[in-house]
Amino acid sequence: MTTRPVIRAARFVLAHVPDLVYAGSKPRRELAARGGNVRGQIRERLRSFREAVAYAPHQVMIGNRAPEDLWDLPRPWHAHSAAEAPGEGPAGAVIDEPTFYTWLARADSAHLIRFDEAFAARVEPLLGNTRIATASPDALRSAVASGAEPIGDLDGRWIGAVLPGYAQDESLAGPVLLENLATKATGALALRRLLDDGGGDEPVDFLLGCGEEAVGDRYQRGGGNLAKAIGELAGVRTAGGADVKAFCAGPVHALIIAGALVASGLHRRVVVVAGGSLAKLGMKFLGHLASGYPILEDVLAGVAIDVVSDDGRSPVINLDAAAVHRVGDGAAPHQMAAVLTQAPLCARGLCLSDVDRFAVELHNPDITEPAGSGDVAQRNYQMIAALAAQAGEIAREGIPSFVRRHGLPGFSPTQGHIPSAIPYLPHAIAGLTTGEFRRVQLIAKGSLFLGRMTEMADGASFLLERNAR
Amino acid sequence: MVDLRNKLVLALGERDGIPGQALLTCAESAGARVIYVATQCFV
Repeated sequence: MTTRPVIRAARFVLAHVPDLVYAGSKPRRELAARGGNVRGQIRERLRSFREAVAYAPHQVMIGNRAPEDLWDLPRPWHAHSAAEAPGEGPAGAVIDEPTFYTWLARADSAHLIRFDEAFAARVEPLLGNTRIATASPDALRSAVASGAEPIGDLDGRWIGAVLPGYAQDESLAGPVLLENLATKATGALALRRLLDDGGGDEPVDFLLGCGEEAVGDRYQRGGGNLAKAIGELAGVRTAGGADVKAFCAGPVHALIIAGALVASGLHRRVVVVAGGSLAKLGMKFLGHLASGYPILEDVLAGVAIDVVSDDGRSPVINLDAAAVHRVGDGAAPHQMAAVLTQAPLCARGLCLSDVDRFAVELHNPDITEPAGSGDVAQRNYQMIAALAAQAGEIAREGIPSFVRRHGLPGFSPTQGHIPSAIPYLPHAIAGLTTGEFRRVQLIAKGSLFLGRMTEMADGASFLLERNAR
Repeated sequence: MVDLRNKLVLALGERDGIPGQALLTCAESAGARVIYVATQCFV
């Protein structure tokens, strides 16, 4: 049996966790090197929950605003966002830190977190049936001195600590477990949101994890299958699971695989899931401090994407127009773009101008530009437009208007795999169902070379098309 | 124009710009000795 796979829905959850910014890789290293001064500077520039909710790019992430609204909103967007905005939208929600901590507690199936007694009393109404272990401030200090990872406030007013899973195992050290628990919790929040928003009663058959975490012990560092752990936490009992690992390209690879699983008839419903990246909190904070910006990398992002067999309405994953970057393909940006963007279109008799929107890596330029990393999305769009000019589809002078017509402003938090095309999915689904779009191409790239196993990059893409049934 | 002949070069590439391997090829073809090459990703 074969069927066409469709993407029925996508949901994002942004957990606002300002007290965990210190636990990001860059702040942690700077704090170790420069200590108290950095701590005070970070503290002064942290955002309130209300500011994080109202931040215009976050409103785009949860579906309350269209990405294209940002073209006309003056930069920096944090200085021109509304004072108030809803914390929930059709594509997801922004949740506050206490809510995140209760999910962190639920995620801790090994009971390695000790919560401060006073904090536990404060969040008790949120905990429901979740039982948590508590400790006095003195006991927490003692645990941290012995290797536990503190959770919470920069100045030692910790709300808890994560004990090592095993003292002699670096893969189960407190900081590693906090990273993985944060990923599990945010992935489960997104999955729960997707399922609670309805859209279908059929059971989830399979969960495909696509995050960048590494779960395992010393004998299988990065062993994985956080997908099943996320499913368990979200209360999904019908699904099996496995993870797809491909750096930032993971989600698009996972969607292609999910589409193939559904198309083959092996599974009827596959949900692609991922949690957020604790390591990337505060990654560009030095640039933000230097520019007088707030610390904008203060959210963990989780995602869940529903891939099902053809429902006659939702946009179709066209597997005939799926592309992967092969070992023998070149890794220069124009080669990547040609392989992932132009080639699969040409093979179907289409040109670049036939695509209503390209969804590329949608990193928010408010975050990246102050740190000297440029506007990642616009660089990608200029490359696609240049290919269109090279192919004679447009004149060279038409490059800026092509970018505006077929591209998007970046709006995603810099959470590694999260910005890679998928934040546009809720908007693409709307455009391809109730809107006028005919096709959207999702394109992701992954920096494989960072792991020192190869000099290669990676990438994957597919076309999402209007359901013509 | 910089004459790279007999120069030692550190080739630091960027994923969305020019990869390190491309810098290496160019620098070596111009007569330089590349003693370190890496490609970085800044997101």
